[in-house]
Amino acid sequence: MDFFHTIIAILESTIRVSVPLIFAALAGLFTERAGVFDIGLEGKMLGAAFAAGAVAAVTGNVMMGLMAAVLISVLLSLVHGYASITQRGSQIVSGVAINFIVAGSTVILGEAWFRQGGRTPALSGDARFQTITLPFADAVRDVPFLGPIYSELLSGHFILTYVAFALVPFSWWVLYRTRFGLRLRAVGENPSAVDTAGISVIWLRYRAVICCGILCGFAGAYLSLAMSAGFVKGMTAGKGYIALAALIFAKWRPVNIMLACLLFGFLDALSIRLQGNPLPLIGQVPVQLMQALPYILTVILLAGFIGKAIPPKAGGVPYVKER
Amino acid sequence: MSNPYAKLPAWAEYGLIPLINLVVAFLVAGLVVLLVGENPLNAAYHMINGAFGRGEYIGFTLYYATTFIFTGLSVAVAFHAGLFNIGSEGQAYIGGIGVALACLWLDKTMPWFVVFPLAIIGSAAFGAMWAFLPGWLQAKRGSHVVITTIMFNFIAASLMVYLLTRVLKPLGQMAPQTRTFEAGGQLPKLDWLMSIFGLNLGNSPFNVSFLLALLAAFGVWVLIWRTKLGYEMRTMGHSPSAARYAGIGEARITVIVMMISGGLAGMMALNPIMGEQYRMQLDFVQGAGFVGIAVALMGRSHPAGIIPAAVLFGMLYQGGAEIAFEMPSISRDMIVIIQGLVILFAGALENMFRPAIGRAFAGIGRRSAVAAQTRGA
Repeated sequence: MDFFHTIIAILESTIRVSVPLIFAALAGLFTERAGVFDIGLEGKMLGAAFAAGAVAAVTGNVMMGLMAAVLISVLLSLVHGYASITQRGSQIVSGVAINFIVAGSTVILGEAWFRQGGRTPALSGDARFQTITLPFADAVRDVPFLGPIYSELLSGHFILTYVAFALVPFSWWVLYRTRFGLRLRAVGENPSAVDTAGISVIWLRYRAVICCGILCGFAGAYLSLAMSAGFVKGMTAGKGYIALAALIFAKWRPVNIMLACLLFGFLDALSIRLQGNPLPLIGQVPVQLMQALPYILTVILLAGFIGKAIPPKAGGVPYVKER
Repeated sequence: MSNPYAKLPAWAEYGLIPLINLVVAFLVAGLVVLLVGENPLNAAYHMINGAFGRGEYIGFTLYYATTFIFTGLSVAVAFHAGLFNIGSEGQAYIGGIGVALACLWLDKTMPWFVVFPLAIIGSAAFGAMWAFLPGWLQAKRGSHVVITTIMFNFIAASLMVYLLTRVLKPLGQMAPQTRTFEAGGQLPKLDWLMSIFGLNLGNSPFNVSFLLALLAAFGVWVLIWRTKLGYEMRTMGHSPSAARYAGIGEARITVIVMMISGGLAGMMALNPIMGEQYRMQLDFVQGAGFVGIAVALMGRSHPAGIIPAAVLFGMLYQGGAEIAFEMPSISRDMIVIIQGLVILFAGALENMFRPAIGRAFAGIGRRSAVAAQTRGA
């Protein structure tokens, strides 16, 4: 029974840590499927987390925080869009630039406005997302096996957690069952065909980039308003890159993205759990190996040893109309 | 790909446009300073004073510049072949192993000029090794070098934490670092060079690896513009299909270029490890690999541009410390913003002002042509 509870606890924290990854990876899905590569997921998430933490602390309202997060993240996306779509600059260089600008300015502005060493003030009450207890969660707690799964694993998460998981089928529906989604995917594979059909490649790519901004805003807000009570400097800690890895690992498909994020989240949860505890049969596994595992797995996958990850064909190439 | 922009005179292409981009980046940075409630001009004064006000400050500026010359060259070499190596950070980190091993092995028995060449070879070899896999994977398995090098940065960070906490750390010591090297593992400072200019180096760690960096810059120039390999690299960077048509082995060039790039990044480790700390510490690279991206973009991937760009960033690092001291609300993270802005304006938005400048030049050209005609008539 004790073993069962340990598993439940690990899975529960798996869900908690994979939520920002799911948001960010879905964000990347929208732009990359439209042919705009985005290394800047990390920066947008960090900027959003800061905006959310700062605004929620000042207004005391969690929804204002969320809106600020989305706003900042969309603005950063538009900078990326302007550089890579309108100015036809290198998408990778632009993403790298955004990551640095955000990493520096969140610290500088946070310190100037709140003077708490790059943090925003701790949030409580209405300024922070509260966990939701699903109906009957307490009643069924004592039911063997299914009870703990329902009341501990599925119940008691933040609203954003449920939103993240609901966004997975929703993104699938948007991308594969709507006209917008069809065009978005087409513009990532063959933009000139879309252009020939009389649809603006530029505007379509801008809309994809805005979708990415909104989702990254949710990812950042989750970090500073739900997972922790406030913004801490550098709090994304590479999650944007892990999300990018998950996106590639999932071969740019929504459901696979959820599974990849859960896998990477599980590795993360497990590495925290295993700190100091030896694993049966294998013995002591260095924590560092567990931490590096998502990256190692992605490299192996990219090398084509676990299936082949084929990116959208027009990805990374700015579209030049006149020719 | 056809260039949709008008051709500009060389001095505008390599002088004016980078300068305008740089100025815009600094203006935006100035806005951030304003937003924090400080005076940007004061900040600029403190920075320049902090970077060049005294011999010691200049020593620090050039010490940082040394590091950035290596990482800037590393990124630039890859740029020439059309590859974007974001992994200089990780390659420099791993390169540190080579330096540390050479020093730990011989520092007690040999003088520095014996250890130094071995450390150079070690650092370059370890850095190149760390870049080999991403290069090989790009060449043979088609996995994008940008993504793999990012992943390798993280893997390097984990690996180094493991090595420094479990393997390279002396017994009975808490801090995750190697032991302090004896005299053989310490590079001499460049007092004599500074005293030529009548400057006193003070406590600054400006050391021999600066000369190595200049040598490396010259080497890169020779490689890219005076050798067959360099020609093949540039061909591949300009037009992969032309390179293929000319029978240039794409896979071979990719792997070699990545290894050269990684080797240059690895050599960066000499400067902090043998030149300042005299031991290998956790996270000694401190983002220098990423600064290399900004330096390479600003220097237009040419050694003659990279050296001044590296000095500029050295100035930002050293002067930034001075600003942080004088104006507590502006910490050294300001440099990270400037670095990002330079990457944005000199890299991703490099064409933003080009049409306007092109038009201006076209206008001048037409007017002078008209003037010449009327004179002739």
